[in-house]
Amino acid sequence: MNENSIPNFREIGEITGSTDSRDVLAHATRQAAKNFDDYLIVDVDAHVSEDHFWSEIIDLIDNDVLRQIGQHQVKGFGGSNALLNISPGLSLQSVGGRIGHQGRREPVQDDGVHRFISTARRSMDAMGLDYQVVFPSAMLLLGMHPQDEIEVALAKAFNRWMIERILPIDTRMKGLLYLPFNTPEACEELVAQYGATEGIIGFTVCSTRNKPVHHDCYMRLYSMIQELGKPLAFHSGYHWGDPSFAQLNRFLSMHALSFTHYNQIHVTNWIINAMPERFPKLNMLWVESGLAWIPFLMQRLDHEVMMRPSEAPGLKRLPSDYMREMYYTSQPLERGNMKLLEATMEAMNAETQLLYSSDWPHWDWDSPATIGSIPFLSEQAKRNILGLNAARLFNLDTTRRKPLAEDVLANRPKTAS
Amino acid sequence: MSAPAMTTGASRQVVLGRHEELKIRQRMVIEVEGVGIGVYFIGEEVRAYLNICPHMGGPVCQGKIMPRTLEQVADSGKSLGLGFSKDQMHIVCPWHGFEFDMLTGRHPIDKSVGLTPIPVEVSNGEVVLTVGETRP
Ligand code: FES
Repeated sequence: MNENSIPNFREIGEITGSTDSRDVLAHATRQAAKNFDDYLIVDVDAHVSEDHFWSEIIDLIDNDVLRQIGQHQVKGFGGSNALLNISPGLSLQSVGGRIGHQGRREPVQDDGVHRFISTARRSMDAMGLDYQVVFPSAMLLLGMHPQDEIEVALAKAFNRWMIERILPIDTRMKGLLYLPFNTPEACEELVAQYGATEGIIGFTVCSTRNKPVHHDCYMRLYSMIQELGKPLAFHSGYHWGDPSFAQLNRFLSMHALSFTHYNQIHVTNWIINAMPERFPKLNMLWVESGLAWIPFLMQRLDHEVMMRPSEAPGLKRLPSDYMREMYYTSQPLERGNMKLLEATMEAMNAETQLLYSSDWPHWDWDSPATIGSIPFLSEQAKRNILGLNAARLFNLDTTRRKPLAEDVLANRPKTAS
Repeated sequence: MSAPAMTTGASRQVVLGRHEELKIRQRMVIEVEGVGIGVYFIGEEVRAYLNICPHMGGPVCQGKIMPRTLEQVADSGKSLGLGFSKDQMHIVCPWHGFEFDMLTGRHPIDKSVGLTPIPVEVSNGEVVLTVGETRP
């Protein structure tokens, strides 16, 4: 044997759905330690996986009848999907279990801290995030629920759960108030009740729904939000039941198209009906559609508006000009062709308008290195996209909030990796 | 996509154990001086790859091992449905699901994307890895 032999090695284990997030994400922590430990990083879209805590939310429903039905379903067939309209058999995100962190259930010691916060802190520390904004994932389809009153009841309960139980525990967690958009009056009530609450940094509408955003029934709501000075986010999603998407036989096909589809519809209505002229101070944020659709829509709308200005009479500039002033989140970032990505980022003014988002723990999540390793971005552009743009939009304190990446690596459990 | 560089300093050898005993395991993942490496046993063949995914640097060797999924197509062009390959196994990255052929280390669709191979051989009945001195 060669005298340079190294007889010692350590075996490391498989990563599964119950592996500690700090071990699953250890490579991301190393990337952070090496490349951007001193960056402010704000993750504008991570997911609560509130299904683990669904019974807590059901218990907060203010309507006696709906709460009773929900509590009954929690104990039975409905389980952690009680009152929801998601279809478990169509939940193919984990690719047959290949991607274990989608729907993960990792052990957490009962140390008196809410389990949601304990797991969220692990992923924040491991990715080097100073702040994380949580979106409710199982509620992303609620806009297609046939019972509007259930969307309202769950929206109220979820917002209370987030505001009363979650956000006060850790100021690194921030929330966007869920708006039950199918019922505008309920949205107005929620904005009036919680809009100024600390920790609520904006408002969110789940985009998967068939409601035209320019309808007059929403004008009071937009005025209220504009008055508060906090952004309005539209979070896209999928819906395999949509007749167009029902033609698609694979989850990937439906997922690739539908996540861009709903935000394209809403941006188109928003611009062609001149909403940016009507609410010029309302900051709009478009979430989880990636970026490739943005130059597509800019070109399509500019092209048609030039030929048919009589159908968009409220516009004073081209649609692409308005789109360049909106904000977008980065995930799932299409990185397969860097030249196209560079042109896209230039077209949308990514340096000031793009906000990093992880979508953790969903299967197509993006680590901060997704932005940090883009070769054509300047150091300042990376800092802006990873955190400074979000700090400006959401008015966040830019003082460091996260532990040192080296300390996170030293303290992780090392059950795997 | 760019494969992470493994610089080659003076190489050193790591003896993992007797091939007869190891080959009944499909895979072992080890860490040598901070470098993660997955070692795969496919019949009498042995392969080793760096535990860093060419996609976004995930711990590719620590995910599931799955048979390649195939779609059989009849001469008529009709699909005969999905099935698992009986002889091709895939290394699946646990971060986002990129799959790599266990024998070749290549992605099944875009063959320009692949794992970083680490030299491994069976010598005198022992599985021996050769690793560079420097870190990836
Ligand atoms: S890092 Fe391996 S699939 Fe993304």
